[in-house]
Amino acid sequence: MLSSTGIRRFAGVLMAGAFTFLTTGVLGDSAVTPGSKAAGMEACVAPTAEMRRNHMDYLKHDRIKTVRKGIRDIRNSLADCVDCHAAKNGSGGYAQIDSEGQFCDKCHNYMAVDLACFQCHRKTPGEEKLSQSALDGGNVDHRLGLLRDKDAPAALAADELVQLQAIVQED
Amino acid sequence: MGKHNDQPDGKRRQFIGGTILAAGAATVAPGILLTVAQATGESQGVSSDVRYGMLIDTDKCVADCTACVDACDKENGLDLQQKPKGQSDDDWNAQRPQWVRKVQLKDRQTGDITDLPMMCQHCEFPPCVDVCPTGASFRRADGIVMVDRHTCIGCRYCMMACPYKARSFIHQNVVNQLVAAPRGKGCVESCNFCVHRIDAGKMTTACQDACAKEGHQAIVFGDLKNPESEIASILREKNSRQIRADLELNTGVRYTDL
Amino acid sequence: MKKMHFSELWCSSPRYWGGLSFLAFLVLLGLGAFYHMEHNGHWVTGMSNHLVWGLPHVFAIFMIVAASGALNVASIGSVFGGPMYKPLGRFSGLLAIGLLAGGLMVLVLDLGRPDRLIVAMTNFNMKSIFTWNILLYTGFFAIVGIYIWTMIDRKATQYYTVAGYVAFFWRLVLTTGTGSIFGFLVAREAYDAAIMAPMFIIMSFSFGLAFFIITLISAYWWAGRTLGEVRLARLKHLLGVFVGAVLYFSFVYHLTNLYMTQHHGVERFILLEGGIYTVMFWLGHVVVGSVIPLFLIYSPAFATSRFAIGTASVLVLLGGFLQLYVIVIGGQAYPMNIFPGKEVIASSFLDGSIVQYTPTPAEGLLGIAGMAVAVTMVAIGARMLKVFPDSLEDPAEVEHA
Repeated sequence: MLSSTGIRRFAGVLMAGAFTFLTTGVLGDSAVTPGSKAAGMEACVAPTAEMRRNHMDYLKHDRIKTVRKGIRDIRNSLADCVDCHAAKNGSGGYAQIDSEGQFCDKCHNYMAVDLACFQCHRKTPGEEKLSQSALDGGNVDHRLGLLRDKDAPAALAADELVQLQAIVQED
Repeated sequence: MGKHNDQPDGKRRQFIGGTILAAGAATVAPGILLTVAQATGESQGVSSDVRYGMLIDTDKCVADCTACVDACDKENGLDLQQKPKGQSDDDWNAQRPQWVRKVQLKDRQTGDITDLPMMCQHCEFPPCVDVCPTGASFRRADGIVMVDRHTCIGCRYCMMACPYKARSFIHQNVVNQLVAAPRGKGCVESCNFCVHRIDAGKMTTACQDACAKEGHQAIVFGDLKNPESEIASILREKNSRQIRADLELNTGVRYTDL
Repeated sequence: MKKMHFSELWCSSPRYWGGLSFLAFLVLLGLGAFYHMEHNGHWVTGMSNHLVWGLPHVFAIFMIVAASGALNVASIGSVFGGPMYKPLGRFSGLLAIGLLAGGLMVLVLDLGRPDRLIVAMTNFNMKSIFTWNILLYTGFFAIVGIYIWTMIDRKATQYYTVAGYVAFFWRLVLTTGTGSIFGFLVAREAYDAAIMAPMFIIMSFSFGLAFFIITLISAYWWAGRTLGEVRLARLKHLLGVFVGAVLYFSFVYHLTNLYMTQHHGVERFILLEGGIYTVMFWLGHVVVGSVIPLFLIYSPAFATSRFAIGTASVLVLLGGFLQLYVIVIGGQAYPMNIFPGKEVIASSFLDGSIVQYTPTPAEGLLGIAGMAVAVTMVAIGARMLKVFPDSLEDPAEVEHA
């Protein structure tokens, strides 16, 4: 029975490891997705624990300000969430923030809370950021289809990229 | 960031810097957090001291030009929607979003031909706002009539009520939305005077820019309440009309030579 | 009058469960259609930016209007003191709740964002007639529920009259609200008419009673109970009056429009040149939905024919459905006159041209599922509660209502 105990012990270690991994992934202090801008930053707009608990209220509070009153320089902007927390996907673009294993999904999936923001809001950092990263990566293709969602029909044409480049350099 | 950058990076970093301090304080007293954030210099929001409006010189509007329509589609990401596979052209044309459309009219008496762009007329007393059950359709203090997509349930009563057929319903999934123009399936939408530009302090709309770029300059956008604005002075000099003025909705969009 | 005994509706199990499973099948089909439309978005329907309310809305409005009318029988019993109608009050209330639930289900499942129903229930714009209707519909459930309770529970009978009056008043307001959804639309020429509200009330009387007669006859046939001729004849004559009144209101509505020059276009469209809508109006609403039923109801040849009564009721419903189709769809198909005095030569947005609408099967299935939900609720309610009198034999001496 020695071997079976060994297997059991091994399985136990594996389970514990998996559990530790999962808890650090979901509940640990570094919930930010590696490869996102947030990973290299000191803190979010509020301490992590507070953001975890209250981000939905903050977003709702500020969305009303933005939509109804036109106040855009709010602290809790969903676009900023995406800017910081979306991770690069390895091919020069960004992974969609609500896709499996990404920042929003990790927790929302774990907590089984529906995430409705991205039915309307963009899931990756804004258009100019994309072209910037494209320049960094040297991915100046004729059509930069790979930067967009693979299902998406639209893609940046080369001449649009040149325009964007100009704008980016102006900034 | 969008092409029309409404939140420059530097500003945001500064902002985050400022708010980290505030957030630190907030761990001690979470209740005051929102007030603190406000104190760091948020803008005051729109005011009813201005009323945005648009004046369209139909004489300058050119028959087959669709520059304004194309610019609007691009600015607001309407072109992200494509004809679904297997749909007929007629159905697609009836269902695709059109915030601004070109219309050609012929006077029944004189036979005069008029070309004009038609969009949300941004009424002072908008029927769409009256009928909306959730208050999603609303009029901002500065006169812009728009849809709060967070509370729109897609009942389409506003589309029934609008005398200008200015509204479109999103009939399909949308992906890769623009940061400045979030939009998705199942909500109603319409022209909002490029509200993201206005909030960023840019005082032109996409259609106006496009029209000027084409050399037509048929569209003037501005503050109706400011007597010194271009739009107000032209309105004083020239005769203009509201479409369906009989409804007494006091539209924000006016037309000359109609 | 003899004391009435009420009992749960009983029929053999295979019959009952067979019926229920057929209804469940219809409901499942409708839910599939709902998933299809919501998953893909409304592009898979015939509805568009120009024809924004389609077949599901016709079904929904039809049932909501009929729901309010179905309560009529109970109201006559308690508000107008008609003893012949009083025993029918419980079922009348049950049918009203069922129809309203079915109609609302269709309406909600056709929303662009049905997942946000909670938003509709928590954000109210009190100027919107829709908001009034949301409150009126929810209130209707509560009030009719209480009303039925006061009819069934002997301990609550002291509140019966009050509940009856409240329900009667509420029902009138509810149909006024439903009619006003159309009546207050200033922009659309077919709708901008205050007569819509009273017309919807009288339509509700007619459709609701037709529904009531059909379900009553079926339930008594289903359970093998006795249904007297006199009572049915009463209901039949009442239906005749209502059908005539609907026709009259429809006549007045079109006459008013014909008098106003600016409405000539839309009238010509509906009455003469509208193709399918013209056919639906004349053949559907006028001939099938009004003239033939009136003949069946008032012709001495069919004085006691149960088949004639049933047929008349079915035709009233069919005609009423088509009448609503003409109002809802036909009214939208006719172009809005955005530029008076001008002719639209070109527009990418179908300005000035008649809108084509072809409903897809999914829209129809959703509507039918709503009907099935209504019937299911009635079938289950009648089996669980004492709503039907054991016998509706004619009383020995007929009291005059």
